[in-house]
Formats: sequence, structure tokens, C-alpha cells
Amino acid sequence: MTKVTMTVNGKTVAKEVRGNMLMTEFLRDELHLTGTHVGCDTSQCGACVIHVNGQDVKACTMFAGEAEGAEVATIEGMANADGSLNTIQQAFQDYHGLQCGFCTPGMVMTAAALLRDNPKPSETEIRDYLEGNICRCTGYHNIVKAIMAASGQDVSAIAAE
Amino acid sequence: MPKDHGIGAAPKRREDVRFLTGTGQYTDDINVYGQTYCHFLRSDVAHGKITSIDTSEAEKMPGVVRIFTGKDFEGLGGLPCGWQVTDKHGAPMKEPGHPVLAQGKVRHVGDPIAAVVADSLEEARDAAEAIMVEIEDLPAVVDMKAALESGAAKVHDDLDDNLCYDWQFGSEQEAVDKAFAEAAHVSTLELVNNRLVANPMEPRVAVGEYNRANDESTLYTTSQNPHVIRLLMGAFVLNIPEHKLRVVAPDVGGGFGTKIFHYAEEAFVTWASRQINRPVKWTSTRSEAFMSDAHGRDHVTKIELALDKDNNFTGLRTDTYANMGAYLSTFSSSVPTWLHGTLMAGNYKTPAVQVNVKAVFTNTVPVDAYRGAGRPEATFQLERVVDKAARELGVDPIALRRQNFITEFPYATPVAVEYDTGDYVATMDKLEEMIDRAGFEARRKESESRGKLRGLGINCYIEACGIAPSNLVGQLGARAGLYDAATVRVNATGSISVMVGAHSHGQGHETAFPQVVAEMLGIDESMIDIVHGDSSKIPFGMGTYGSRSLAVCGSAMVRATEKIINKAKKIAAHLLEASEGDIELKDGQFTVAGTDKSVAWGDVTLAAYVPHNYPLEEIEPGLEETAFYDPANFTYPAGAYACEVEVDPETGKVTIERFAAADDFGNVVNPMIVEGQVHGGLAQGIGQAMLENCVYDESGQLLTASYMDYAMPRADDVPFYAVDHSCATPCTHNPLGVKGCGEAGAIGSPPSVVNAVIDALHSGGHKVEHIDMPVSPHRVWQAMQG
Ligand code: FES
Ligand code: FES
Repeated sequence: MTKVTMTVNGKTVAKEVRGNMLMTEFLRDELHLTGTHVGCDTSQCGACVIHVNGQDVKACTMFAGEAEGAEVATIEGMANADGSLNTIQQAFQDYHGLQCGFCTPGMVMTAAALLRDNPKPSETEIRDYLEGNICRCTGYHNIVKAIMAASGQDVSAIAAE
Repeated sequence: MPKDHGIGAAPKRREDVRFLTGTGQYTDDINVYGQTYCHFLRSDVAHGKITSIDTSEAEKMPGVVRIFTGKDFEGLGGLPCGWQVTDKHGAPMKEPGHPVLAQGKVRHVGDPIAAVVADSLEEARDAAEAIMVEIEDLPAVVDMKAALESGAAKVHDDLDDNLCYDWQFGSEQEAVDKAFAEAAHVSTLELVNNRLVANPMEPRVAVGEYNRANDESTLYTTSQNPHVIRLLMGAFVLNIPEHKLRVVAPDVGGGFGTKIFHYAEEAFVTWASRQINRPVKWTSTRSEAFMSDAHGRDHVTKIELALDKDNNFTGLRTDTYANMGAYLSTFSSSVPTWLHGTLMAGNYKTPAVQVNVKAVFTNTVPVDAYRGAGRPEATFQLERVVDKAARELGVDPIALRRQNFITEFPYATPVAVEYDTGDYVATMDKLEEMIDRAGFEARRKESESRGKLRGLGINCYIEACGIAPSNLVGQLGARAGLYDAATVRVNATGSISVMVGAHSHGQGHETAFPQVVAEMLGIDESMIDIVHGDSSKIPFGMGTYGSRSLAVCGSAMVRATEKIINKAKKIAAHLLEASEGDIELKDGQFTVAGTDKSVAWGDVTLAAYVPHNYPLEEIEPGLEETAFYDPANFTYPAGAYACEVEVDPETGKVTIERFAAADDFGNVVNPMIVEGQVHGGLAQGIGQAMLENCVYDESGQLLTASYMDYAMPRADDVPFYAVDHSCATPCTHNPLGVKGCGEAGAIGSPPSVVNAVIDALHSGGHKVEHIDMPVSPHRVWQAMQG
């Protein structure tokens, strides 16, 4: 067992964990932050994406111990301070960018990372950036649209063509 | 002007808030006090005789609570199949046993041999590695035709061979033979409908909890139909009466058919928790999902279309081999038969249609319904052969379809079903407008100027949804009724809980269903909540699949709401001292017709629960009604789809440039949700056509057992889709006039993709008649080389 200390969604947490405990297990089982989902065991679905020191990371690819001292953000910490949905979350709701909701936390976290680096991504840039996130429900149409809308782009013409 | 509330409006989904903030509750998010963890030891060979299982070392490992093997399940039932198909000689299909844990033999890679229950998942996994299993390898049968050859290894020793049934259906033999004998032209095509894995993003999970105090078991499970699981597991497998069994399917992360079925792991955790008197949790890994979730499709078909000299379709004959896998999964037997054969007429008035299906056991994972279930297989072969006929005859593929469209309704097909309504001309007109067909040649030229080939593929589809009239499916072999149920519970202050048998795992019922009740009562949607997914809270329900939720369960909800309105009017009449027949309900007010005397919805509901001034001699207090609704017919959504592709002749790579879908879903309650359903279906259909393929090698090893080898469609594989559902012919037999929209995209899109690729290749002088799905760069390139 090793002790890890990190900041998760602004709160400091310290826990004794197994050396081989994955970050997904740490968040879900130790901290009961079950918004981070596990959709695969080969690091290819993106349901588990979180931010570690501002970078989007697949939580299933890192051990909890590797986050020692890190600033971690998960889907549970994304809403505005008053509890209302943030711009990206709101756009996902407005444009129906989710159905079953299972991929959604990873999608929102990935979109947040993209928009921070690239505030007005093109459709192609968005689709490329979502390479590591699988959604089986939406066909991606409304996810791409929501991300474009969240970045302030006019999406009214999409699919009207 | 679009409406802003009620039927036809598109309010934002209320379930989204929890999903967007990480506060949804999926089965794996449920942890029960004192729970143990289960790990299944699964077969790594496709076919073998278990000669010994030694668990003695494993049992001594730390944390192990108990280890179970097939022996522990002797005397209990096996997993049942819900549909009895009768073969063409009148014999029942062969129905081999499907044990919860393997008994004596393993029959596919992934077949569970033993289950370790331990204090932690790690300990369970470690102990499973210490179980000594000896398996004598047997030859595996993988290819369906080879499995039917005499001398082939038998998947089930107690059966004569690997043929589950040989089924024939449709027009009289004579009529079919005559159509082909007199045909001016016959087009023939042999094709494969590729095996798929449904892959909802949430893997399956099951938690079993036993309460010794009241002898009750609760199963939390990733299911599309908790009551069906309760019935099958309680009555057929574990022999637990239903009142002692509660099945909860909380938030479920997608289903697509694969979470309909009753699985061994569900029965296992429920039963094991009773044996050890502790909760048992099992969470599938994705790798496990690939070898234990039922797969989809996997048909090999020869189809022949006969035409007369004027290009009218006169006869259709198909011969299909359908893979059942190693065991019969819950609805497996119905998929290649009644869900496939009955749609073979498609949108066309072909007078003679015959469908032949041989269902075959192989040493592979069981195959069952996957989004569309039988209907994509029917649509693909029909729309491919129609396209081929158009090419062979040198006629326009759209014109050939139009010429053969059914245009008068109701229309009784030669394959048992009667389409109540439709307008295939209208959806085709709409589609042509959406795709700018007139501009295609210019786009093709532009592609060619860049050294690329461009193709346009179109197709029609029809499906039978709103499953299903119980008396009809009963005659066809279903062992269940396929009605649904709803309870409308009005509270004293006028708010409402609607308990529905449908289950939402992405479809947005929590938003759409209240729109219907709100419209009927004229009250605000926010006063209405939907309760689903818990057998202890809802009256009964057959669940969600086959695009049935709104058409069947929604109809039950309408009927229950009508009963509420009837009773509420009686109460209002009393309060208003008027006669019941004069009471009108509008915008949440009960008014005496022609007067300004009225009482509000809330006054009536309060009177029902505080019956001080109330006709107690005539009606009971309270305001709660239940209705069961059994549909009179299937519903028949239909439409026309188009795909425009660009093919790189250097590499064979296909890019989808445009995709358009014109659907007739009848009336639409929430257009935003309906469009989302179409988008998702399209991506799955395009995935089947372009990327996805589940492959076994000759020895029965699953070669595509993870996302490294099984190509899921990703955001950059698909375009924005143009979708339209304005050509609506409302269903004539359900109260909402709705038809269902969940499967259309997956049913309608594969043929247009392949038709487009073939069209592109022909434009480049490559006389390629067919490429099997997925149309990978390798296959396209090879086809171009001749
Ligand atoms: S769980 Fe699939 S990428 Fe992390
Ligand atoms: S919303 Fe279900 S997987 Fe994306």
C-alpha cells in the first residue's frame, strides 16, 4: 500500500492505495466519483477521460500513485459554481449530444481540453480530436454540433443541407 | 411554428442533467454492503470435453468465499429460448440445453466453466488462475455450411446434427416456380451479412443480493427489460417465484438488443448470493463482453429476383444460412425467421416471395437480435439485388424501385404481414430533393478531376416495429405476450408518476413520455415523471426493443390516461353539479360545456384524495389507473436512404461524402429525440457497411476480441447526416399514430453504402457486382483488381 495525496475537483484527498490501483478504480471505488466510466480494457474508448494537471488523460491508463501531487478534474467538477451546467455541458443538452450518457463524461472532458487549446475548432478538427472517444448511441452528429456550438460557432445550417 | 410543449415539441432531455454531471446511476455504480466479487473462468478453446476441474488449490487462496462449477447447477434449469420455430416439415426446432456454467463440455471461446466469488475482484481473479481445468480438445465447427456436412463435429452430442431448423415461408411453391420459369430476367446475388458485436459502451454488469429476512432476491442488471429477466430467470432457471424476485435495471448505457437477453451471469449472481448469503457483483470487462454478449447478424444468403419484360418484379426467392452460435439465446430463433422473412417483400408489390432459412449451431458465441434484428438482413439482400437488377437491365435504380412500389394500403404481402399505411413515393421524392441528385454528375466530375471515383447509392427499407400482437406472435411460436403496461398515478396535488414497462437506455423516455400525458391533460410536463426499470415499482412490462416503446407502451400509457380522464370527469361533474357528459377538459381545466363554470385539474385530484365532497357511493376515492395494451398489428416505418461516396482508386479507401435519410415514422412526439435515434442507427449501419466485422478463425478462436481488432465507427468515420421525417403517414391502429424510429437507421443504411461503392467502381470501369461488408480498403482494392 502506498499513500497518495492529490487535489480532485479542488479538494485535497489523501488515501492509502494498492500500488497497482488504476486511477479509474481510485476515483470510482475510493472516492465514489462514479461519473468516470470504464468502457474497455484496452484504453480505446475514452469513457474514462479526466484532466490531470490540465491535460486530458485516459484514467484507465494511469495508476493512482502516478497522480501524486496532481490537480485532477473529473466530470463531477465541471458544472458552474452554482451547480448549473457549464457551457459545454449545456451545449450537449441543447443539441442532444448524448443518449445513454455512458460516453458523455469522457466526451465532455475531451471537448473541454480541445476547446481550451483550440477555441474555435473546425468540424474536421473536432472529429480528429474525438478519435479516442467512442460513442455508440449518437452517431457523433450532435456531439460535433454541440462542441461547435459551445465554441460559439453558428451550427444552424448543419444537416439542413 | 414548432410547438413548445406537448406532442411534437422538442423540450431538452431531463435525464441529461444527471448524465452530464456524472451523477447517473449505472449498475456498476451500485455497491451493496458486504458484497463479494465474481470472476468467471471462461473457456479459451472453442470446443472441448471437460475431463476434470480441480478447485482445491484455488479454494485456499486469500479472500475466496466459494468456487462454483457446473456441478453446482445440476438440477437447476438452463437458460431458456423464448421462441419456438417450427421447421418446414412441421418439427419443432432443436433446442439444446444452455447451462449457466458448462456441464461436461465447452462450446465456444468464452463459455463459462467456473465462477470464483471472493472478497475482492483481484482475489477472485487470482484464484481463478489457480483452478486446474483439463479439457480434451474437440474439432470446432465455425463455418455454417461445413457444420452441416455429414461427419462434421457436433456442437451438441445429443442432437443428430448441427441443424437447428430448416424453415420455409411465403408464397406457394408453384407460384414461386412459375414466376421464375416465366421471368424475362433473373438477377442473382450471393452475399454475407457480416457478424457484428453490438458493443453498447456500458459493459454488462449484474449484482445479486439476497435478503434472508424475507427470502427475497434482488438482481441489479444492465437490462432492456427487467420483467422479462424476472420471468425467465425466476420461472425457468432458478425456480424462484416472482413475488420473491425483484429485478432492477437502473441507468443503462445503451443496449441495441444485446441487453434484452437473459444471460448466465445474471442467474449466477442471483443464485450464488442465496448460497453464500452475501451480495455478489460481476462487472464484465470489454474483452469478456466480446466473448459473452450475444452477437448479431451473421447470415450467408443467396437471393434471386425475377422480373417480367416490363421490369415488374414477379418473384423473389432467398436461401439463407443463419448462425445461431453454440446455444439458443433468448430470441435468437425468431431473428432469421419471423423478423426477417416477413419483411422480404420490402416496399414492393412482388406477388410471389419465398424465404428459406437454415439455422445452424456452431462453436461460436450465441447470435441474437442486434439493432434491426432480421430486418437489416432482409433489407440488405433485397436492396442489393434490386440495384443489381437495375444495372443489368440498364435502367435507373430509382425508377425501377418506383415502378414496383406498393402504393395502395392496407397491403397484404405474400409474407404474412399487412402494411397498414405508407407512402414510399413521398419518401423517395423527399430523398431526391435532399441529395440534389441533379448536381451529382457535377460532383462526380469534380471528384474525377482529383483522380477519385464518386458513387451514389440509394435504397428503400421497410421494417415491422411495435412488436407485437400477442395472438399473432403466439401462433408463430413466441412463448411470451408482447403487450406492454403503464400505471398513471395521480397524486393529491395533481402531480403524476407514470410507471411504464418500457425501459429507457438512451431513448429519452423520461422526457418524451410526459409530453404525451401533458398534452392529453393540458398540464405542464414538469408535473409528470416517468418511473421505469424496477419490477417492484412498475406493474409489468415487456421492455424496450424492436422500436416498440412508444407504439406499445406509449399506447398503454394513453389508455391509462384516458381512464384517468374518465374518472376525473366524473369527479369534476360532481364538483360542478353538472352531468358528466357535459364536462370538457382543456388546458388543465374541467369546464361545463357552454358555460364559464370550471374547476382546475388540482381541485379534482385533491377531491379524489380528500373526498369530503365526493360521490363515494358511485366511485372510489383515489386517482390511479393501469392499462395493458396489446397492439392490433405491427407498425411499418419505411423510407428511402442515399449515400454518396468517394473511392480512392489507389488505395480502395471509401469516404462517405453525404448521407441522407427520408423516413416515415408516422407521428412524432419529440423530433429532437427521433433525429438522434436516426443518427445513431445510421452510424451503426455505416459501421457495419464500412468497418465492423466479427471474425473467428477455423479453430474457433475469436480474432476480433477488443477495440484493437474490432473497428468501431469513430467521429471521423462518419459525416453529418441529413435526416427528414416529414413524410408521415400515421399508424392507423395505435392511439398515437406512431411507428417507431429506433432501428431505421441501422436497417436502412448498409445497402446504400455498398450500392454507392459499386456505383463508384462502375464509373471507373470496374465491373464489380458485389463486395461483402465491411467494404474495407483491402476488399475494395482487391475487387478493382478483378
Ligand atoms: S476505459 Fe476505455 S479508454 Fe479508459
Ligand atoms: S451516449 Fe451512449 S455511448 Fe454515447
